[in-house]
Amino acid sequence: MTAAPIETDVAIIGAGPIGLFAVFELGLLDLKCHLVDILDRPGGQCTELYPEKPIYDIPGLPIVTGQELVNKLLEQISPFNPQFHFGEMVTGLEKLADGRWKLKTDVGTQIVAHVVVIAAGAGSFQPKRPPVPGIEHFENAGDGMGVHYAVRKMETFRGKNILIAGGGDSALDWVINLAPLAKSLTLVHHRDGFRAAQHSVNQMRELEKEGKIKFHVASVKSIHGEPGKLSSVTLSGADKKEWDLNCDAFLPFFGLTIKLGPIAEFGINLHENMIPVDTARFQSETPGIFAIGDINTYPGKLKLILSGFHEAALMAQAAFHIARPNEKLRFQYTTSSSSLQKKLGVS
Amino acid sequence: MKIIAKDRKGKEHILEGRDGWSVMEILRDGGLDIAAECGGACACATCHVYVTDGWYEKLPEPSESELDMLDMALAVEPGRSRLSCQITCNDATDGIKVTVAPE
Repeated sequence: MTAAPIETDVAIIGAGPIGLFAVFELGLLDLKCHLVDILDRPGGQCTELYPEKPIYDIPGLPIVTGQELVNKLLEQISPFNPQFHFGEMVTGLEKLADGRWKLKTDVGTQIVAHVVVIAAGAGSFQPKRPPVPGIEHFENAGDGMGVHYAVRKMETFRGKNILIAGGGDSALDWVINLAPLAKSLTLVHHRDGFRAAQHSVNQMRELEKEGKIKFHVASVKSIHGEPGKLSSVTLSGADKKEWDLNCDAFLPFFGLTIKLGPIAEFGINLHENMIPVDTARFQSETPGIFAIGDINTYPGKLKLILSGFHEAALMAQAAFHIARPNEKLRFQYTTSSSSLQKKLGVS
Repeated sequence: MKIIAKDRKGKEHILEGRDGWSVMEILRDGGLDIAAECGGACACATCHVYVTDGWYEKLPEPSESELDMLDMALAVEPGRSRLSCQITCNDATDGIKVTVAPE
């Protein structure tokens, strides 16, 4: 089913700190925004990688954690009512006959906008793929079969021989949830210790004691079967001893890493995985597509949050001329403009 | 002080360490391909290295948070794996040998 496209002024790819602040700068100019992010919440690297870590170089905030900064940005942009599309990855970008852009996401959302702003940091967070030769041939092998980095429907794993790798909460949660459904379930981790909630560790140990699952201090060395049909893996234990384990499904849980992802296929000029922009508008070499924050590059670029904020402000001025070609842009200060204060809901 | 670092292609680089900097920063500064996504906050495990040639034992023990984070690294080898952002350059690490772990 394809829903009708959403129409808006600006589509922002990435809801990290720079994507969020772009909403503010665009909002002051009466431009409405939709944001798409592959993560399930706003904040990008700030909330995914270091929510608790203090940042010391945000102007005016001597010390602020990643999460606090994101919370403050959300508060700051709330008057502009941005629309978020979380857990979605932009997979396609096409220019329409009327000069606007149409974005498509992996779940079928379509957004038509005058301007596209790429604020994607270093790219999109994707599951880490273990360095097992040929593992990619077993991905997308179908329900309950082959290699999966997430569990969408538990039921598809019923009656299967399952191997889970990892030592964090995701690995243990799925051990606990899938054990009752599986024909057999084996957990491997490189050490006999886990970075997970204690009650999950206790439950896993209990399942092991009852013989409902097997746990080995080991790692997966190689993977076997016909392409698309996993049959076994070779495990290597702490003493380098190797043995084979038959399995239908292999679920590695090693957290997320950042890959550039589909942006590389949008037809925008890239330089070493970054988007070259001019420093007056922060527009890419494709008119109408802007890039701000860590994803862009220009002479003197510094990958700092504060630089991204500046880039967002200048981008917004240029975006206005594209989205509102017949209107005159009047620059105003939030300190003195009653119309801006009205938009912010403070006057 | 020197850091002797092997990249993922097996090429050896001799880098000049800086007192108080992390090994990750020196590797990145030296142009080695190391993601270090979180910028040294011990929050991502993408600066994973193998510490070799007897140097692992000479280093201060990894912290609890580093051990936790190593759980999210790939191809971890007990007794060799460290996060390079958690190793500080100083006189005691002069000559340390590391190999960048696979992605």
